[in-house]
Amino acid sequence: MKSFEYTITDPVGIHARPAGNLAKEAKQYESVITITKDGKSAEAKKLMALMALGVKQGDTVTVSVEGADEETVAAKMEEFFKANL
Amino acid sequence: MEERTGKKIFNGIAIGKIKFLEKTENQVIRTKVSDTNAEIERYEAAKIAAISQLEDLYEKALAEVGEANAEIFNVHAMMLEDDDYNESIHNIITTQETNAEYATAVTGDNFAEMFANMDDDYFKARSADVKDITERVITVLCGGSDNNDIGDEPVIIVAEDLAPSETVQMDKTKLLAFVTRLGSANSHTAILARTMGIPALVNVGISKDWNGKIGIVDGYTGKFLVDPDADLLAEYEKKKAADEEQKNLLLTLKGKENVTKSGQKISLFANIGNPNDLGAVLANDAGGIGLFRSEFLYLESETYPTEEEQFLAYKKVVETMGGKKVIIRTLDIGADKQVDYFDLDKEDNPALGYRAIRICLTRPEIFRTQLRALYRASAFGNLAIMYPMIISVDEVRRIKEISKSVREELASENIAIGNVEEGIMIETPAAALMSDELAKEVDFFSIGTNDLTQYTLAIDRQNAKLDSFYDAHHPAVLRFIQMATENAHKEGIWCGICGELGADTTLTETFLKMGVDELSVSPACILPVRKIIREAE
Repeated sequence: MKSFEYTITDPVGIHARPAGNLAKEAKQYESVITITKDGKSAEAKKLMALMALGVKQGDTVTVSVEGADEETVAAKMEEFFKANL
Repeated sequence: MEERTGKKIFNGIAIGKIKFLEKTENQVIRTKVSDTNAEIERYEAAKIAAISQLEDLYEKALAEVGEANAEIFNVHAMMLEDDDYNESIHNIITTQETNAEYATAVTGDNFAEMFANMDDDYFKARSADVKDITERVITVLCGGSDNNDIGDEPVIIVAEDLAPSETVQMDKTKLLAFVTRLGSANSHTAILARTMGIPALVNVGISKDWNGKIGIVDGYTGKFLVDPDADLLAEYEKKKAADEEQKNLLLTLKGKENVTKSGQKISLFANIGNPNDLGAVLANDAGGIGLFRSEFLYLESETYPTEEEQFLAYKKVVETMGGKKVIIRTLDIGADKQVDYFDLDKEDNPALGYRAIRICLTRPEIFRTQLRALYRASAFGNLAIMYPMIISVDEVRRIKEISKSVREELASENIAIGNVEEGIMIETPAAALMSDELAKEVDFFSIGTNDLTQYTLAIDRQNAKLDSFYDAHHPAVLRFIQMATENAHKEGIWCGICGELGADTTLTETFLKMGVDELSVSPACILPVRKIIREAE
C-alpha cells in the first residue's frame, strides 16, 4: 500500500466538481483509492461518500492506494490533488 | 399591500404578475413487483435517460450561461452514477420487491438527509442536488417529461426553492424575477440568476395566496412588494424603464464587434478584482480581461497566499475565460491598500511610497511565489502578466531577470508554461515620458489613468477642496496617453487603457483617434462603451 497526506487548499474543500472529477479518475484504476479524514474513510470513486466526508479547506486527508498499479496511481493522485484541490 | 425583504442576489427591477410555483413532486406509490430483475432494468433505463437529459441541459446551459454555471449538470450526471446510490436502489428493489420509483425515492431521501445534516453550509446545500437528480429519475420512471412551462405571459416566479435544472429550462423571455423562501447566495440558482441578469431575492417569506397578484421585485434594496398602490407602481415603472434601457443595450450589442463606422476596431476588455466577477464579465460580453487585480488574494488572506492557492485562482480565471486573454497584474499592495502581515512601515506620503513593484523588487520571495503561480497557470489558457508602478527601464530589466530565472526554475522541474505576454502599467509621468525606451522591453502597455492623473496633476482626488482645480480631461494626461500609444506603435506593441478614463464615453472617440488598441473597463461599462464605438465615424 502507498499513501500520502495532503492539506486541502481549495476554498470550498472537496466540493462537487473536483469530487466528481476525482471519482471519474479513480474509476479508471485497478487499485482501490481511499480518502481518510479524522478516522472516516471513503473510496475515491464514490462521489457522494467523498462529499459526505465534508472535507474543508485546511483539512489534512490521507490518501491511500492499494493494488497492482499502486505506485503509478499514487503518483497520479498526488498530481491530481495538487492541481485540483 | 404586503412588503417583504429578502437577500438580494442580483440588481434590477421587475414588475409583473406573480406566478407561485408549487413543486409538482411526483407522488410515489409503493407497489410490489414480482420480477425484480426487470424492475432493475427499468431503473437502469430511466437512469440512462436522465443522464442524457443532463447532457442536453449541460449543452444548453453552456451556450446560455457559460461553463462555470453549466458544470453542475455534469456533476449531477456523475452523482447519478454513484456506486452507493445505485447499490441502494438495486438493494431496495431486490430485497423489498418494490417498484423502482419507490426504491429511488427512499434512496434519494436518505442521501439528501445525510447532506442536510452536515455542518458546512456548502455541503448542506448539496442536499438539493440529490433531491433534484432523484426527482429527475422518478419523473422518467413515471413517464413524465420535465416540463417547466411557466405560461405565455412574463411572470415573477415565487417558489419555496428552485433547482438549477428548473431555472435553466424556463423560457428566459417570460422570466421577470425569482423570489424564493430557501436558497442562499451560494446556491446554483443564485449564481445562474446573476449570470442571466435576472433580479432575484432569496430568504423571502412567501405566500401561496399571492399567485396572480402584481408584484415588484427591487433587486437594489432586496424588497418584494405585493399588490402595490398606484403611486408606488408608477415610481417603480420609472425605475424599471431606466433599468430596461441598460438591458436593451445588452440585447442589441451582445456579440457585436467593437468597430467604428469606418471600420476601425478596438478591443473591449473587463477590469475585475475577484474571480467572483467572472459571471459579469461573460454576461457583458467582454473580449477578455484587461486588468485582473491580484490583490484580493492578499487582502482576503491572513498571511501570504501560497503558490498553490494563487495558482488555483489564476487557473480558474484563465480556464473560465477559455482562450480569451486574461491580463493579471502582479500585486499592488501599499498606498491605500494595506495588509497587516506585510508589516509595512507607516509612511508620511504612501502614494509616493513603498508599494507595488517596489515591494516586489525588494522582497523577491513574495514576487517569485506569485510569478511561479502565474506561469504555472499560463499553461491552462491565455495569460498575460502586467507589472504596476514602473518608472524606469532599469526596473523592467530587473523584473525580466527575475521572471527569466523563475521560468528556468519551472522548466527544470518539468512544469509546462504557456506563451505569456508581459507588459507594464503606464501610470507614472516617468513611464509615459520614457515610453519610447520602455516599449523596446515589453509586449504591451496598459495606461492606468487614475494614478497617472493623480501623479501628473499632483492632485489627490479624495480631497474635495481640490475639486475646482481637478480636470479629469486635463490635456497633460491626454498628451501622455497619446505619447505612450505612439511610442508603443513605433515598436510594434499594443497599448491599452485600464483606468477609469477608459470607460469615459466622452473620450472614447478621442482614444480611437489616438489609435489606442484596447480599453479595459468594469463589466457593466462594456456595452455602453461598445455603443459609442459603433456610433463613431
